[in-house]
Amino acid sequence: MSADSTVRVAVRLGAYYDSVVLMQLQRALSTLPGVLDAGVVMATPANREILAASGLTPSEEINAGPHDLLIAVKAESDSAAGEALARVDSLLQVRRGGGEQEFRPRSLASALKLLPEARWVLVSVPGRYAAGVADEALDHGRNVFLYSDNVPIEQEVALKRKALAKGLLVMGPDCGTAIVGGTGLGFANRVRRGNIGLIGASGTGLQAVTSHLHQLGAGISQAIGTGGRDLSAEVGGITAGQALDLLGRDPETRVIVLISKPPAPEVAAHLLSAARATGKPVVVNFLGLVPPLRRLGSIRFAASLTEAAELAAGLPRPRALTPVPSPAHSHPPPRERGTRLERSCWSPSSPGEGGGEGAGEEGRGDEGLGWGRSEAKVAPMAGFVRGLFAGGTLAYEARLALRTFLPGEGNTILDLGDDEFTVGRLHPMIDQDLRLRRLRQEAADPQVGVILLDVVLGHGAHADPAGELAPVIERIIADRGGSLDVIAIVVGTDEDPQNLAEQIATLRRAGAHVHRTVSEAVEAVWPRVGAGLDGREGARPALAVSLDALQSPLAAVNLGLESFYDSLLAQGARAVQVEWKPPAGGNEKLAGILARMKTL
Amino acid sequence: MDIDKANRTAVERMTSARPMLTGIARARDVIPGLHDDLLLHAGPPIAWERASGPLRGAVIGALLFEGRARSEAEAVALVERGEVRLEPCHHHAAVGPMAGVISSSMRVYVVEDAVHGHRTFSNLNEGYGKVLRYGAFSDEVLAKLRWMNDVLASVLAEALALAGGIDLRALLAEALHMGDEGHNRNKAGSLLFLKLLAPHIAHGKSGADAQSEVLKFLGDNPLSVLNPVMAACKAMADATHGVEGSTIVSTMARNGTDFGIRVSGLGDRWFTAPAQVPDGLYFPGFTAADANPDIGDSTITETAGIGAFAMAAAPAIVTFIGGTPQDAVHATLEMYEITAAEHSQFTIPALGFRGTPVGIDLRKVVELGITPRVNTGIAHRQAGVGQVGAGLVRPPMEIFEAALVAFAERYLE
Repeated sequence: MSADSTVRVAVRLGAYYDSVVLMQLQRALSTLPGVLDAGVVMATPANREILAASGLTPSEEINAGPHDLLIAVKAESDSAAGEALARVDSLLQVRRGGGEQEFRPRSLASALKLLPEARWVLVSVPGRYAAGVADEALDHGRNVFLYSDNVPIEQEVALKRKALAKGLLVMGPDCGTAIVGGTGLGFANRVRRGNIGLIGASGTGLQAVTSHLHQLGAGISQAIGTGGRDLSAEVGGITAGQALDLLGRDPETRVIVLISKPPAPEVAAHLLSAARATGKPVVVNFLGLVPPLRRLGSIRFAASLTEAAELAAGLPRPRALTPVPSPAHSHPPPRERGTRLERSCWSPSSPGEGGGEGAGEEGRGDEGLGWGRSEAKVAPMAGFVRGLFAGGTLAYEARLALRTFLPGEGNTILDLGDDEFTVGRLHPMIDQDLRLRRLRQEAADPQVGVILLDVVLGHGAHADPAGELAPVIERIIADRGGSLDVIAIVVGTDEDPQNLAEQIATLRRAGAHVHRTVSEAVEAVWPRVGAGLDGREGARPALAVSLDALQSPLAAVNLGLESFYDSLLAQGARAVQVEWKPPAGGNEKLAGILARMKTL
Repeated sequence: MDIDKANRTAVERMTSARPMLTGIARARDVIPGLHDDLLLHAGPPIAWERASGPLRGAVIGALLFEGRARSEAEAVALVERGEVRLEPCHHHAAVGPMAGVISSSMRVYVVEDAVHGHRTFSNLNEGYGKVLRYGAFSDEVLAKLRWMNDVLASVLAEALALAGGIDLRALLAEALHMGDEGHNRNKAGSLLFLKLLAPHIAHGKSGADAQSEVLKFLGDNPLSVLNPVMAACKAMADATHGVEGSTIVSTMARNGTDFGIRVSGLGDRWFTAPAQVPDGLYFPGFTAADANPDIGDSTITETAGIGAFAMAAAPAIVTFIGGTPQDAVHATLEMYEITAAEHSQFTIPALGFRGTPVGIDLRKVVELGITPRVNTGIAHRQAGVGQVGAGLVRPPMEIFEAALVAFAERYLE
């Protein structure tokens, strides 16, 4: 023992501590100011020898046995040694507070063992790893919220096809926001719970509409993000289609809003079929696309996000917004009947008759809302649509509507007033001979299910177009045994020389459905022919996404951005944060081997 | 090839193994390939020139014990001339803690896997203090070894014969419910061992003095069951070894210089890298500067799904790894990340009786960047000083990476 140090000891009689506790105390004492060394041992002879060998022998006599705790402190001064010894009991009581932190698993598999209830995996790892992580989540039977961007489209397609086959949902990639069972994923606004379910490609679009709905006093049931490329031809709207089906079955959702950039045409048709199949009112806004129709059965088209929100917010109280037109007779519709007179149909057998909007419509869970005209009374039939038009603009409008909603080679609109048909012949508004022949010809094709005609009245037009058409219409309908619909669009007024009422009556007697505008006619056609679309592959997922996906309260595993995890916890969701790192620490060679091992 | 299936087979073999401690025998009589000119040591193979202090001391001590040398210098010369060779215990179905030196006339525990038929071996535990396994070879150390070889071994052999063997898997399962993790803490297991043997020791014919000495020796040594436990884990690991296409680690061992692993589907090839110095707590008067790099075959416990992997079962020693029982739980949870299964026999009350993480999967170690945890004693780097602390160590990541590359070369090319 050197002259400039002193050794003091303390004894705790009969105090048993595990040796590691003693070592820890010893380490703590050694770090105190002025302390040179410390020894904490049970006072066995062997331990006392060890202390002596370390220069920790006190000057005073020690009265301690093998069952007593002996604490020796060598310090620069007597006071430093004394102060250190005074800390012994408090140091023995020390419990590290940091140890209470939640365990952070490093793998998805472990996280799911910690939180097996989690139906969702949130992925915000760097893009080149994201698909791998999402794929693993699908393998574990979990739905994916894929925030990461820079995921190649082939990987997106592969992920979504896999998800589709497994009845799982992949939101994204580049999905910034979603609301599931009332819990916001990623970036989400605090919005009221309600019964409007949204599907959107872009994160901010969804945020804009959900926020607007909230401001309008409405509430959100779910908001499902699809990622910006979902509605491309390559991806084929897999997620949007699944989401429509899911929201269709979600008891919390009574109205659906679908917003996106304009989809690829074939995808649009698929989506509208899926929307129709939900059996719920759906508000659609394809951004930047001027809708050729305002509504299509239970689907309503909005021209902007604002209008989409306003329409959806109004839908739960449709009676206030959409006065009921008079049923059963309608031509010409009395102007004083309200704002939606143009909606009425001219044919007794057409949809919308018999009770009008909102009342007495059966077979639709949400029809009590008064949304739309019932399609239940229309016998759906498969078949192509053929249009035999005299008017060029009407033909163009019909073609436009069909291209958007009924794409397909078999659906064609002929403008018989076009130059190629009028060579050496009068215009079909005057001479219907060609049209009558085409009418018979199209009707003879059993693949044709609907024939659209325009009947244009007025000065200069044929004196009795309906009278010429009627016998042929009657004949072809009879020949086809009811498997053919003829729909006539009659353009004219009650002051026209042909007598509008008689023209309509004649056509109707022949068995034709009569409408006033192209869009009304297309709306009438769509449920008939659109039924054929419902049977197409993908119109409804073969394996539906389980309603578990919409669980509340939400449970999720988060890989990547910690703020998403914090946000889940703040919302009362259960969540596990994975301490994710690139596979093999980013070593490409090793990661490559691991990837190959997985595909064996 | 189906790696997952191969791994399921490998792990099922490990967890279904039922090691029974059947007896005690002279090493050269039972250990395959052992002879008078061969010493077994812990860890992967090592040349004398690279051997660390504790291993050198233990080799010297063993040669003095065997009467092959009369001095340290003579012993060193024997090894340097190649008259006595060194080989890993693991090459001879044996394991030994710390230096793990086993010589031909030492008495060893014989463990038999009742399911797969493997026989494995481990030496007798000397307790704490100045001991051969830390490289001490003073007269006092050798005298204790002789007493162990003569008195302890014969009393234990007699008692084990009377007992009809001890089911070590059952003992371990119970000890895990009593606060042991089977590597750094074997207090409960050692008392269970004593409890199982005591009635049979009392019936032995060695005389009351010897019987009393043995009972006291076993009771005073909280590590007395460590060596049989290690042999049991070795039996489990041997059962898992050699499954074609399996990425399960079947050996982890250190010789004080290198840390080595072997993999079930990669034959007897070792993957080694320099062993690290454990991070731990030190006995009075010692610091990390005194510590030898990691040493011993006791990592066979972690290989078999106990030890640090069962840390959540041993809250009493959590200060080694950070200080709170929560840390112990986290330690075990972390090991689930890199293992293929949960043990069907060894369970952890604090985790709702979840099975311990078992079957280290090479793929997961590399993919997640998590190396196995190892609870370990810390040896002084000079021969003969002994244990200076205890703590946590992890094997170097590069040995797992090298093994993964070797696996790819063998199975994926």
